[in-house]
Amino acid sequence: MKSVEEIKAAIEAAVHGAMVTVIPNPAPIAQHSLLIDPEHAHSVAEFLREDEELALDFLSNVTGVDYLDKEIAEKIKVTRQVSKAVDGVEQMIEETVEETRKRVVPGYLEAVYHLFSISKKHGPVIIRMRTGNRTDQVELPSLTPVWRSAEFQEREIFDLFGIVFKGHPDLRRILMWDEFKDHPMRRDYVEPDDFEYEPTPHDEVLKRAQEHKAKVAAGEARQ
Amino acid sequence: MSSSGMKTEKLPGWNRPPVIDTDGEGELLEVAMGPHHPSTHGVFRMDVVLDGERVIRLKPVFGYLHRNHEQLGQSQSYLASMPYTDRLDYFCSLTNNWAYALAVEKLVGQEVPERAEYLRVILAELTRVQNHASTIGFLLQEMGASGTPLMYAFREREKILDLFESLTGSRMMCNYMRFGGCRVDASPAWLEATRKVVAGLPAFVDEFERFLMTNEILMARCQGIGILRPDLAVNAGISGPMLRGSGVNYDIRKIDHYGIYDRFKFRVPLGDHGDIYDRYMVRMLEMRESISILNQALKELPGGPVMDPKAKIRNFRPKPGEAYGRIEAPKGELGFYLISDGSPNPYRYRVRPPSLINLTVLEDMCLGSNVADVVLIFGSVDIVLGEVDR
Repeated sequence: MKSVEEIKAAIEAAVHGAMVTVIPNPAPIAQHSLLIDPEHAHSVAEFLREDEELALDFLSNVTGVDYLDKEIAEKIKVTRQVSKAVDGVEQMIEETVEETRKRVVPGYLEAVYHLFSISKKHGPVIIRMRTGNRTDQVELPSLTPVWRSAEFQEREIFDLFGIVFKGHPDLRRILMWDEFKDHPMRRDYVEPDDFEYEPTPHDEVLKRAQEHKAKVAAGEARQ
Repeated sequence: MSSSGMKTEKLPGWNRPPVIDTDGEGELLEVAMGPHHPSTHGVFRMDVVLDGERVIRLKPVFGYLHRNHEQLGQSQSYLASMPYTDRLDYFCSLTNNWAYALAVEKLVGQEVPERAEYLRVILAELTRVQNHASTIGFLLQEMGASGTPLMYAFREREKILDLFESLTGSRMMCNYMRFGGCRVDASPAWLEATRKVVAGLPAFVDEFERFLMTNEILMARCQGIGILRPDLAVNAGISGPMLRGSGVNYDIRKIDHYGIYDRFKFRVPLGDHGDIYDRYMVRMLEMRESISILNQALKELPGGPVMDPKAKIRNFRPKPGEAYGRIEAPKGELGFYLISDGSPNPYRYRVRPPSLINLTVLEDMCLGSNVADVVLIFGSVDIVLGEVDR
């Protein structure tokens, strides 16, 4: 089978304007993956399925991954003008100081597709797509029109991670009920306060019961 | 047919369920089959739209058994997820264990001793035999042969579960495999008992096969019904006996040679028509191949440790990276996808459930057939809800 670099070259030759990045995998298995830009994802997917040599006709696994916003503290050298007394005379001197600055790298949601070929009996080729952020730019193109096996799995990602797949024929919640609001597989998901009455609360349950009572008293939760 | 003949011009929507026209008489009836229907093998619902007896539309509804297994897996250490994998497909806990152990072993580059590999093969094939036997038993049960044929299958399953119990301590929730081997060694007495059970299996399969081969009612109700085209099966990610029942030659034991499957001689049974009957016949023939693998493995079983002495157990923190491990479970391709960020818990723990993905084409297979056939078509997919809903 072709290596990921060769597959990247083949995609870029076949699909005009497609941006493909190799994401290395440091684990011993070394299954490197290809990051596809969402705009060309549909044509890239069709190319991967229809190409004579790759013939990736079997989409085995589709899954989501959540990466939170990261706060990175960096030490940056900054030069600034400081007035200092040198030999009794006030002078402006340039001084280099190290300063710690915090910068927020926006998180993203990722969809990972594991492709195999049944006719050529090779694989896996792993492709990924990333959303812009975790809040308002969560749309990705659906690959269900290319591989039907993504139908339920993309619905599951929509349900549990909150990625909206454009072009999916039937995008509804699959495991949670329709009225459910949150996305339980996100890493910052907070369980709802669904305390149930216990006749003899003890230990942790007692603590939760007291918290719940306080919330009810404050009008934040229902009885 | 081989999948090479699939390179034809594909119109958009070729892989979507067709639209079935009504006959224009009477009203359409919407029926919720399930969630508490004996034929749904658990809590599962099919919203079926009927025109008389014909199925016009069918939408599966999942989630009644959802417990966010993946979130549980991410909130605990790698090893602590092992007993939870038993609860996915509770008919085949040992193959679930193997798939998970394989994924973690790929993630950290762990070797498995020879004897442990053989024990894994023996247990996985025993699991396959009991799963397929029960599935065929359920078919007969659903067709109205109430009780007796299913009990034939369960009698044999009981013998295999007794073996599991004496080796692992549990009949169904085995929790037997570890990263780098197996938990306990098999005693000579256990191996002797296993040989005895395996020696009795061909007679059982012969006896059981007569239900499929000679029963006229069964053939009338199974042949030519619930047909799945091979090109659609491949495109919809169908795996396991269902894919092979449609005639696509794809067995992960033959493709990946995970474990030591390259050492055994076995054939991959294929169907011709992709109907219910072929799917069950493939399972029946697979049981025979499994018995052949079992005989080979029990003959060649070497001595030695069952656990790699260098395997890391305490403070198990895989280096950052990811791995996808998959095996040919009795129901299809069972895969585990793990991402490690260097901490003791997996950053991402994903189960690729064959039962859920095999249901993708349920609507396509049922459209246009009678409502009574839906039960049989659904049964021929062979699902366990613990794995579908996770």
